Amino acid sequence: MTDFASLSIEERTAHLKATLIKRHAKERRLKIYGLIAIGFALAFLVTLLTTVVSNGYTALQQTEIRLKLDIPVAELVDDAGMIDAKKSANFNWDGMLKKALRQEFPDVKGMMDRRKLSELLSANAGFELRQEIEAKGRIDTPSGYFWVKSSDDVDMLMKGRMSREIPEDQRRLSDVQIGWVDQLIAADAIQKVFNKSFFTKADSREPESAGILGAVVGSALALIVTVVLALPMAVMAAIYLEYFAKPGRLTDLIEVNINNLAAVPSIVFGLLGLSVFLGFFGMPRSAPLVGGMVLALMTLPTIIIATRASIRAVPSSIRDAALGIGASPMQAAMHHILPLAAPGILTGTIIGLAQALGETAPLIMIGMVAFIVDVPDGLTSPATALPVQIFIWSDSAERAFYERSSLAIVVLLMFLITMNLTAVYLRRKLERKW
Amino acid sequence: MTNLSSKLSAKDVSVFYNEKKALKSVSLDLLENAVTAFIGPSGCGKSTFLRCFNRMNDVIPSARVEGEILLNGVNINTPDVDPVLLRAQVGMVFQKANPFPKSIYDNIAYGPRIHGLASHKDDLDHIVEDSLKKAGLWAEVSDRLMDQATGLSGGQQQRLCIARAIAVNPSILLMDEPCSALDPIATAVIEELIENLKQRYTIIIVTHSMQQAARISQKTAYFHLGNLVEYGDTKQIFTNPTHEQTEAYISGKIG
Repeated sequence: MTDFASLSIEERTAHLKATLIKRHAKERRLKIYGLIAIGFALAFLVTLLTTVVSNGYTALQQTEIRLKLDIPVAELVDDAGMIDAKKSANFNWDGMLKKALRQEFPDVKGMMDRRKLSELLSANAGFELRQEIEAKGRIDTPSGYFWVKSSDDVDMLMKGRMSREIPEDQRRLSDVQIGWVDQLIAADAIQKVFNKSFFTKADSREPESAGILGAVVGSALALIVTVVLALPMAVMAAIYLEYFAKPGRLTDLIEVNINNLAAVPSIVFGLLGLSVFLGFFGMPRSAPLVGGMVLALMTLPTIIIATRASIRAVPSSIRDAALGIGASPMQAAMHHILPLAAPGILTGTIIGLAQALGETAPLIMIGMVAFIVDVPDGLTSPATALPVQIFIWSDSAERAFYERSSLAIVVLLMFLITMNLTAVYLRRKLERKW
Repeated sequence: MTNLSSKLSAKDVSVFYNEKKALKSVSLDLLENAVTAFIGPSGCGKSTFLRCFNRMNDVIPSARVEGEILLNGVNINTPDVDPVLLRAQVGMVFQKANPFPKSIYDNIAYGPRIHGLASHKDDLDHIVEDSLKKAGLWAEVSDRLMDQATGLSGGQQQRLCIARAIAVNPSILLMDEPCSALDPIATAVIEELIENLKQRYTIIIVTHSMQQAARISQKTAYFHLGNLVEYGDTKQIFTNPTHEQTEAYISGKIG
């Protein structure tokens, strides 16, 4: 050690300067490490977003093929001129479409080639046309040009997601089929339009008719159950723990467990839901009600912790003031502390819900991973959730599901970003300075 | 001074924080319609003692109060007595002005509302006006009752807190260093207010300012390390204290 007392002022200054240079260098290094870390994080984020968006944006469009149809109205309508459901059900819609397509290609002969030709159309094309017409109830223009969905393979080809370069036996479309598509292109009989059914339909075996509406509604229903269950319970639990619980071993135990619950893997909550809600109480499988209950259990600790933090952020002087003029502890909590803690509670809740919205594992355990083609119409009707839908699609073989799962991820991310921005906005707006 | 009968008294009051004894067997009788000052160095237990009179120590989980506090002959330090009822009779003003972040009107009206003291909006208006007048704040805020109370100056906020306390019509006012965060001018206003209020209320004030105690109180209690060292007429305490410790503190040798 240098004996500073024996040094002259100049020597001491020189020594300080020398250490100062070291200290500054240290600070600069730390700053650089920080910047590198942030840079890494941003790079990953950008990579993720560009990958997802570039894979998914094509799902916004769907390829359609133009067919010249002559719908035999007489076979479909009843005496009043309206579409008869029974007659419509018996009518061979697919056959009509296939026939119309064959007329476009009169040279195609032979069973095999004809089947290959009809593979250009979506397997659901006839069904969807029938649904559309039945919904309208009548046919205004029975003959003329109709646009029907192409199969997902043609769709992929049109979007450039299927390479013409790779050998024929590794392609899902043969050279002949590609030739027909080229003919359609030349005749202007094929086009890409906005993929409406992605946003208005539920899941389907055919990628071209699969949509996310069912999953979005399922998620929304589950989240409603979650917020209705978790928010009041969590707020009450937090108030109790902050203000009414007698300190002691039991309270400590509860506290430790709540903090631990926040770290429990979500699939464990799914197992709990499976054995308790489904197994013991016999609640319906795949229901948003049960999904919401499981997610509520999972979100509960998050909201309790956030609520306790925001209750603690309310100065104790406010509580003293209320108690000092004779408010009961419950009145002090309800009239003064909760309103002041509300922004924090709200933010915590939204973040908890965003977490629940992105959760997949517990929903799989209670059967919300099922293949469901109807948009759920109630809390107990079978449903799936947005992240589970992504999981299902990303697991499918068809290339067209791949782009759809990417677009679904974009939709999910947009929901999450909206929720988090709302939380940030509310915190900024309602934040109180003491 | 007339009408100085004892209304509030403490008998062998001890307060523990966990195992630590913060107040050691204090007994004293308080004068009605007078100002009693509690003085002493920090940590001597004077604030702890003050909070015994409206059971505010109940709020602190680790605190335990022993002994008897008699309000008009009734021991308030028993589980049978509802602290909510007690606090309507014994008002409190805190060290730091703590208005609710609501309007001035709502601050005053909150107490009467929860206690059901006003059946009608006019009654409530009357209570608010009356309380603000008693607290000497009416002239300054009468035209902006719906403004945020937190927008008032520190001294005004503290007077608002006094008005809020007297709006529920207590008979006793506890003040825990009400001027410690105020400048001398605001302090003077509050002291004048206390002078006026003592005609209607029994006031106990904890203060760190010896001069303040000398100016406004009739009785003074000096605490040291949880003990009540000396209790007597303010004049006598400040001119002729019986204990050496008291003298040392008052003359500024310790504390």
